[in-house]
Amino acid sequence: MRPALALGAVLSATALAAALVSLIWTPYDITTLTIAQKLQPPSAAHWFGTDHFGRDIAAMLMTGARTSLSVALVAVGIGAGLGVPLGLTAAARRDNWLDELIMRGNDLVFAFPSLVIAILITAVFGPSALNAIIAIGIFNIPVFARVTRAGALSLWTLDYIRAAQVAGKGAARISVEHILPNIANLLIVQGTIQFSLGILAEAGLSYVGLGAQPPTPSWGRMLAEAQTMVTLAPHVALFPGLAIVATVLGLNLLGDGLRDALDPRLRRRG
Amino acid sequence: MSLLDLRDLSVSLHGTPLLSEVNLTLNQGEIFGLVGESGSGKSLTALALMGLLPEGATGTGSARFDGQDLLALKEPALCQIRGKRIAMIFQEPMTALNPLMTIGDQVAETLRVHGRVSRAEARATARARLDRVGLSAPRFPLSLYPHELSGGQRQRVAIALAIALRPALLIADEPTTALDVTTQAQILDLLRGLVEEERMSLLLITHDLAVIANLAGRTAVMKSGRIVEQGPTETLFRNRTHPYTRALFAASTHQPAPGPRRGTLRGEYLHQKETEPASFWQKYSPPTAPDSRPPAPENTLLTVTHAERSYRLPRPSAFAAHPLLRAVDDVSFSIFAGESLGLVGESGCGKSTLTRAILGLETLQGGAITLNGAPVSRAMPAPLRAQVQVVFQDPYGSFNPRHRIDRLIAEPFHLTGLPADWPERVAEALREVGLSPDDRHKYIHEFSGGQRQRIAIARALIIRPALIVLDEAVSALDVRVRAQVLDLLAQLRESHDLAYLFISHDLSVVRAITSRVLVMQAGKIVEEGASEDVFAAPRHPYTATLVAATPQIPPDWMAARLEGETHAT
Repeated sequence: MRPALALGAVLSATALAAALVSLIWTPYDITTLTIAQKLQPPSAAHWFGTDHFGRDIAAMLMTGARTSLSVALVAVGIGAGLGVPLGLTAAARRDNWLDELIMRGNDLVFAFPSLVIAILITAVFGPSALNAIIAIGIFNIPVFARVTRAGALSLWTLDYIRAAQVAGKGAARISVEHILPNIANLLIVQGTIQFSLGILAEAGLSYVGLGAQPPTPSWGRMLAEAQTMVTLAPHVALFPGLAIVATVLGLNLLGDGLRDALDPRLRRRG
Repeated sequence: MSLLDLRDLSVSLHGTPLLSEVNLTLNQGEIFGLVGESGSGKSLTALALMGLLPEGATGTGSARFDGQDLLALKEPALCQIRGKRIAMIFQEPMTALNPLMTIGDQVAETLRVHGRVSRAEARATARARLDRVGLSAPRFPLSLYPHELSGGQRQRVAIALAIALRPALLIADEPTTALDVTTQAQILDLLRGLVEEERMSLLLITHDLAVIANLAGRTAVMKSGRIVEQGPTETLFRNRTHPYTRALFAASTHQPAPGPRRGTLRGEYLHQKETEPASFWQKYSPPTAPDSRPPAPENTLLTVTHAERSYRLPRPSAFAAHPLLRAVDDVSFSIFAGESLGLVGESGCGKSTLTRAILGLETLQGGAITLNGAPVSRAMPAPLRAQVQVVFQDPYGSFNPRHRIDRLIAEPFHLTGLPADWPERVAEALREVGLSPDDRHKYIHEFSGGQRQRIAIARALIIRPALIVLDEAVSALDVRVRAQVLDLLAQLRESHDLAYLFISHDLSVVRAITSRVLVMQAGKIVEEGASEDVFAAPRHPYTATLVAATPQIPPDWMAARLEGETHAT
């Protein structure tokens, strides 16, 4: 077992477990405000301390994991789910009007400042975590489409693709069978990057009040709210920050490990 | 005193010996040939004396250059020698130059790194050096970028870079391997002229015996990190004392003979490393005339009539029309069932476009291609497509690295439907090309270049096509492996009644394996005829140029021991 893959799996699993456990149990109720207990440093009763409303930060982190993870994961899912097929199509129909149409469409989405459009979307449809997911997801589409197309284009010139064409395989089949597995490493790496950007984008939207609505916590909003109190009670900002770092690191390690494990050239001979 | 003196030079990487006790001396003004197959350590020898060994590798022994031991020198001292006293030319002219710098700046940079010269002086010297390598003003201004030059011209720039400071020793590592024959002849002439004029020494590293024969005064033969034999080139070539040298020579002049089929192809598995001499000796058969069956017009398999394909080039200026590149220009020929037809031409002559059209991957703009009477096109039905398969040049890019061998070989079954007994068919195809059926669960990276070409042939064979297009299929292989693959191809053609379209830039290989040949230049077929006749007495001036440019070992050097060799087999 590779140590990096193991560490990545443990970190990611911890974040996921925290999110799932929070559905049935948290150490404290996060909807109860105890102002008397506000801004307490970490102690036996409150492992990660309390925030400015006296809520337990450990409980907040567990509940916030739900929002942050689901927003980032679903946004990456939307981006990859639509962007990858678009990129594969564009590469398969390179130098063709369809390629132009897809890539110029991507440029159009890319050209708008993402946060402004996200604000527009949430302003029209109302602020909620779901609308934040959709907004962030839409901006992931061109990212994945471009990475996919660039990776696929270089593969389309290789002889094994020509051999597949000589074997009568069509563009769609070649894309799925030969292209996609060989650009999976690019997509995994891009996926982990977009995931961490997703957590931060959700934080940004929540900060301006357009993401998850109070009292639902998210790591990003916890971080944003702690800004003004960093000198007073650094732990309030520290723990959400560490949670984001640990999760993103875990996913990166997991992604790298998966990439190596999926590549027969890097696999140890059995 | 000799300029370069290698004594017991050994290199090991993490304890594994890569070079063992290499001894050689190089005199001033001498061309020394270092010949061997890939992995024999010839490039590593050059890197060792430049102090450019890969991470983790350590060298022992001594490499005295002009009285200094290069192995004992520290990096700053080596930097003073590298590029100034010892310079190097690499194989790949496409990647040896910086694409973002003009050729003038690149040559001037070397001058400015090593000497305190002004920018103007450096550029003047750069101009002179580029003139010397044949890139003279005004056609080749200093402001050109590498992408505006052809492969041969880029190699000239690389040479200008290397000789910019008039080094005492020039190391050329396969300097012409990536070039066409006519360009190769020019570059070799240039190198020879430089050595004579500038009293430079040249260490010429190559796998090509003919290049060595024409250029090097003395030669060393390397195998598995050791020099097995060295001496004056002519003596070495005439005597061929060491069995490995003999094997190399026999392989490079090898004529594949269909002949009586060997046990290996009758289903027995020959489990041998391709680099072991034994496999060569077992499979080597004495030269016989290539198949001279006369083509039978009634058995026409593939007909190309007036094929045309042009590409639009970028506009030269904003309002000019797109110039047209006629890649395939009114080409007509036929391939007969069971025939081996050669197609010879230099890069850019249109043979790749023609190949793609024959494979049904490219739409023609004029003319037609028919296969057994049915039209070939991108939309041709699967049963028709199943009659043509292909083997490509690059053994490394021809396979999806993520699939196992059985899946790779079975891919053409997409055309016929996967038969129920496909695992057995894959096993049989592997046996036919001399590999073990147990190999089918491995991945492609576990095989050597020659084995990969065998797997590519197995993939082409599995649906029993009538025609196999061999697109430079042996060009990337070492001579002995190449001889084996050519034998295999000759035997398979006989046993499976295949027709081959053998595309290559290597005239000697085409001559050995085909009965009829087409010569292509600038999109047109300029000459057609029986291979022996075309190469022995070319009618078209272009064919004559090609034949003349192909380096050859003088025939009387070879004659001396041929009989003895036949006995040895």
